[in-house]
Amino acid sequence: MSNITEPLIFKHSRTGRSAAGQYPQGATAEVPEKFRRRKRAALPEVSELQAVRHFTRLSQLNFSIDTHFYPLGSCTMKYNPRACNAFAMLPEFLGRHPLAPSAVSQGFLSCLYELQEMLKEVTGMKGVSLTPMAGAQGEFAGVAMIRAYHRARNDLQRTEIIVPDAAHGTNPATATMCGCTVVEIPSLANGDIDIEALKGALGPKTAGIMLTNPSTLGVFERRIQEVAKLVHEAGGLLYYDGANLNAILGKVRPGDMGFDVIHMNLHKTFSTPHGGGGPGSGAVGVGQRLLPFLPIPTVGKDGDKYRWLDENDLPQTIGRLSAFMGNAGVLLRAYVYMRMLGREGMHRVAEFSALNANYLLARLKKAGFEAAYPERRASHEFIITMKRQAKELGVNAMDFAKRLLDYGFHAPTTYFPLLVPECLLIEPTETEAKEELDAFVDALIAIQAEAEQDAAKVKGAPYTLPVRRLDDVRAAKQLDLTYGMRSTE
Amino acid sequence: MSNIPADLKYLDSHEWARVESDGTVTIGISDHAQGALGDLVFVEVPEVGKSLTKGGAAAVVESVKAASDVYSPVSGEVVAANDALSGSPELVNSDPYGQGWLFKIKPSNTGELQQLLDAKAYEKVVADAH
Amino acid sequence: MPFIPHTETEISEMLAAIGAPSIDALFDEIPAALRIKSLAGIPDALSEMEVGRLMQARAQQDGRPLNFLGAGAYEHHIPAAVWAIVTRGEFYSAYTPYQAEASQGTLQLLYEYQTMMSSLTGMEVSNASLYDGASALAEACLMAVRAHRKSKSARIVVPSSLNPTYLSVSRAVVEGQNLSFTVLPYESGKGTLQFSKLEALKGEDITAVVIQQPNFFGQMEDVDAITEWAHANNALVIAVVNPLSLALFKPPGEWGTKGVDIVVGDGQPLGVPLSSGGPYFGFMTTRMEHVRQMPGRIIGRTVDLDGKQGFTLTLQAREQHIRRSKATSNICTNQGLLVTAATIHMSLLGAAGLEAVAATSQQQAAKLVDKLARIPGVKVVFDGYRFHEAVLQLPARVSDVLDALAKRNIVGGLDLSKLYPELGNALLVCATEMRTDADLDTYASALADVLERKP
Repeated sequence: MSNITEPLIFKHSRTGRSAAGQYPQGATAEVPEKFRRRKRAALPEVSELQAVRHFTRLSQLNFSIDTHFYPLGSCTMKYNPRACNAFAMLPEFLGRHPLAPSAVSQGFLSCLYELQEMLKEVTGMKGVSLTPMAGAQGEFAGVAMIRAYHRARNDLQRTEIIVPDAAHGTNPATATMCGCTVVEIPSLANGDIDIEALKGALGPKTAGIMLTNPSTLGVFERRIQEVAKLVHEAGGLLYYDGANLNAILGKVRPGDMGFDVIHMNLHKTFSTPHGGGGPGSGAVGVGQRLLPFLPIPTVGKDGDKYRWLDENDLPQTIGRLSAFMGNAGVLLRAYVYMRMLGREGMHRVAEFSALNANYLLARLKKAGFEAAYPERRASHEFIITMKRQAKELGVNAMDFAKRLLDYGFHAPTTYFPLLVPECLLIEPTETEAKEELDAFVDALIAIQAEAEQDAAKVKGAPYTLPVRRLDDVRAAKQLDLTYGMRSTE
Repeated sequence: MSNIPADLKYLDSHEWARVESDGTVTIGISDHAQGALGDLVFVEVPEVGKSLTKGGAAAVVESVKAASDVYSPVSGEVVAANDALSGSPELVNSDPYGQGWLFKIKPSNTGELQQLLDAKAYEKVVADAH
Repeated sequence: MPFIPHTETEISEMLAAIGAPSIDALFDEIPAALRIKSLAGIPDALSEMEVGRLMQARAQQDGRPLNFLGAGAYEHHIPAAVWAIVTRGEFYSAYTPYQAEASQGTLQLLYEYQTMMSSLTGMEVSNASLYDGASALAEACLMAVRAHRKSKSARIVVPSSLNPTYLSVSRAVVEGQNLSFTVLPYESGKGTLQFSKLEALKGEDITAVVIQQPNFFGQMEDVDAITEWAHANNALVIAVVNPLSLALFKPPGEWGTKGVDIVVGDGQPLGVPLSSGGPYFGFMTTRMEHVRQMPGRIIGRTVDLDGKQGFTLTLQAREQHIRRSKATSNICTNQGLLVTAATIHMSLLGAAGLEAVAATSQQQAAKLVDKLARIPGVKVVFDGYRFHEAVLQLPARVSDVLDALAKRNIVGGLDLSKLYPELGNALLVCATEMRTDADLDTYASALADVLERKP
C-alpha cells in the first residue's frame, strides 16, 4: 500500500455511458404524471470495467484480516475460512425466498436447527434464537426478555440494569433503549468487579446485570459464582455479553456460571466476516426462565420435519426483530465453521487464543511495556498502557497505533476500555502464527525507540498510507456527507 | 492552569453562572471544561421559554471524541440562548466566559444561587481532578 | 489442526516465554468447579471436502423453485462483477473503519453510497445503513420522536397497507419507549389508505405519519396528499420505499410541496440475493436539519495533515461508544458488506439500468396478473396503478394451493389470509425482470391445473 488515491466514482462518469449488458432492454413504463420521477437520480454512468477497476482499487486501500495482522481488541479478528463463504453462497441458498414454504426449505432449516443445538451446547443454555442481526440487537433482545420476564411476574418496579464501568457502550445504550435506567458500578484495581459496590447497587428495583466475562479488561471475573448468587438472591437476572466468548469456548460455559441470557457475536467467535462493519449476527441463548420470551422466528423439529416457530408457538415472545430471519446467510457461515471445527476444535479456539495473548503479553512486558493488569492471566486479549510514554515522551497510545500502520499492522483498539488511561487493547486470536506475533512485538519495540529519539516522527504517523491523519474537527463542523453537498470542487 | 474568574459562581460539573444586573443568570462552561473536551464541533442550546430545574440537563456540548450534558445551575425559564454557537461552536473554546456563553435564565428561586461554588471552591474541584 | 498454525515446538517455546507449564494452566483463574471437560453435543469435525458434500446435499434438498413471491424481498439479476468484488478479502474481512487511514477503501465507498442513496430518494443526507428495512422503520420512528420536539405524543400513524412485519418489528423494537401506533384502514377495492380516516385525526398531536410506496399490496398511495396533510397537521412524514421503484417513481424528497422528513427501506433489491432473508441492509436518508438525530454510522469527507482529501467516520458523538446510555441508538455495526454490493450494483446499472429493471419488472408483473386473472375463479382484488406486485383472490384455500404449487416446483406467492382475513383467499404475487414470458405461462397453467383439481 502506498500513497495512492482513487477518485470518486462520479469523476469517471460520462453522460450516456453504461454497462448495458447488465440490464434488460426494451421495456418502458407508462407512469402516471403524479407518480413519475422527473429527473433521473445522479448515479454514476460508467462502463463495467471502470466500475470493476474503481472498486477493486478502493478495496486495495483497506487493511483486512486477509492482508494484515489485525489485533483489534474485543473484535476477534480471526481468519474467516473461505469455505464458509463458498458453501453459504451455493445457488440454492442464495435463490431461496425467505417466505418460501417449508416443503422447499428443509435443507436450509436443518442447518439453522443444528446451529441452534450446537450453540446451546457450547453456551450451556436451554434455548437459542438466531434472529438478532448484530451484537447490539442481541443485547436488545436479552434485556427485552429480562423486562418481559419481570413483567410477566407482575414485578413491575424492576427497571434498573447494573453495568460495570468497563462495559461496552452498547450495554448502557441498550438498557436505555429498553426503557431501563443504568446503574454503573466500578471495577477493582485487579480488574474484578467491586462486590461491595454490587451489593450496594442491588435491590428491589434491580432487573438484572450485564456482564462480559472475561471482561473488557482482558481478565476473567473470578468471583462470578458469588456475583450470580447475589444477583439472583436480589431477584435480578444475569445477562452475558458474548463479546469475549472466544476466550472461553469449550472451557467454561455461561450457563454454568449462572447466566440467564446471553448473546453471541457470531462474527467474532464463529468467524463470520466483519465485512467492513457488518453484517454481524447476535444470536441469543436463554436459560429455562426466559424460554417463553425468545424472539421469533426460531426453528423447531416435528419428527423429521423442520418448521418455523412463531407467535403461535411462543405467545409470550418479545416479537420479531427483523423482516424475515435475521442475517440468514451469516448463520449458514457460522454453521459451516462449527461443523469444520467439530468438538475438539471448539476447545482449541480458547486454548490457542489464550496462548497467543499470553505469549504476546509476556514478550511485551519483557520489552518494557506496562501491562494494565500485570498480575493477571490474559484472557484472549490484554491491555497495555502508554501513560508513561505519554507523560515522558509526549507520545500517546494513538500515536503508537498510527505508527503501527506504517509497520504493516492494524492498530489494536485504542482508548477502550475508558477507565485505563492511554490504553491499547490487544487481541491476536488463535489463527495467527508465532512469527506474526514476534514481528508485531518487534514493531512496537522499534516504535518505542523512535519515540525516544524523535517523538515528532511518531506523532506525525502514518506516512505510508493512502492518507495521513485526518482533520476530524473539520469533518464534524463542515459536514460534507455527499458528493456535491459542498462546492469544494 | 485554566482561567477561573473570581466574580462567577460554579457547579462542580464545570458550569459557570453570572448574575446580571437585570436579575437574569447567564450560564456557560468553564475554561477547564472546554479544554478537557477539546475543539467543539456542535453545541445544542435550550429553546427560549423552556423551564429548567436546577441540576437538570439543559444543553449539550460536543467535540469529536466526547459529548457532554450541561446542567442548569439554577431553576427557571430560559430567556435567551446563544444562537451564534450553531455556526461557530469554537467560540466556547476561544472565549468561554464571553462570546461562548450558552443560555440565560430568569431564576425562579434566587436562593439556589447561594448553593453554588465560588471561584476558590471551584479551583479546588479542578485541582482535585488532576 | 484446522485454522491453528502452531507447531509443537512453537507451543513449547511460547509456554516457556509465558512461564506456564501447559496451555491448560492459562485457564487457572477460572474456578475449577466451572471448568467443563467436553462438549458431547458437538459432532466430530468435518474436512472441507466433507462439509462441502453436506452443504451441497442440503442445498439440493431445497432446489431452485420458480419464484413468484416478493413481499419485501425481490429476485433480481445481479451482475457477476458485484459479488466477485464484494467477496474480495479487503472488503470481506475488514472491520468498522475506526482507523480511517487504513480503511479509506471502505470509507470512500460508503461516502459514494451516501451520495447515491440521497440522490435516489431525493433527500439531503444518508447514513451508512442499518440492519434491514423493518428495523430501519423502527429506528425512523424513534428518530422522529427525537427530531419533532414540539410533538409530545410520541404517536405514529401507520396505514394497514404497510408491510405487517415492519409494523411488528417496530412495535418490538420501540416497546420500552412509550411510543404508540395508530393503524388506519385501507380502502376496500383500492388497497390504499382511507384518506377520510386520516382527516378524522385533524387537530390531534401526531409525531409522524408513515407511508409505504408502493404499499404492501403493490398499490400506489396518494403520497402527495398524505404528505401535505401530515405537514399541515404538524406531523413529520416517514416514507418506506423500494429503492428500485424510485428509478421510475417520484422520490420521497419531492412528495407534497416540501418532501418527506425521513426515508427508509430495504436495500435488498439493489444487488443483494434473496438468500433466505438476509443479510440485507436497511437504508435511511433525511434532511440536513435532522442529521444529528439520525442513528447509525455516517461518513464525512475531510482533509489530512497535508491537505489531501480523505474520508472518516463523523458525528460520532451521537453514538453508543461515546454517548453510552444517551446515544441515539444502541446500533454499533451497519451492514457494510451489503452496502458494498449495492454501491457496486448501482454503479454498474446506473439510473438508466435501474429504470429498465423496474420497468421490465412492472411489465412482467402486469402480464402475470393478466394471465392469472383469466383463470376461472381468480380475481384481481384491487384496482389502480401498481408496481410489480398484486393481490389476487383464489377460489380455494391459499395454503393448499401454495402447497400444491410447491410440489410442482413453484413458489406461488404469499398467503394473505391470516394477515388480512377480510380479503378471504387472498394471494400476493410478484414478478420481476427475472421471470420470462414462458415462466409466466408455466405458473398460469400450473395454477389453472391445481384449481381445477380442487386441492
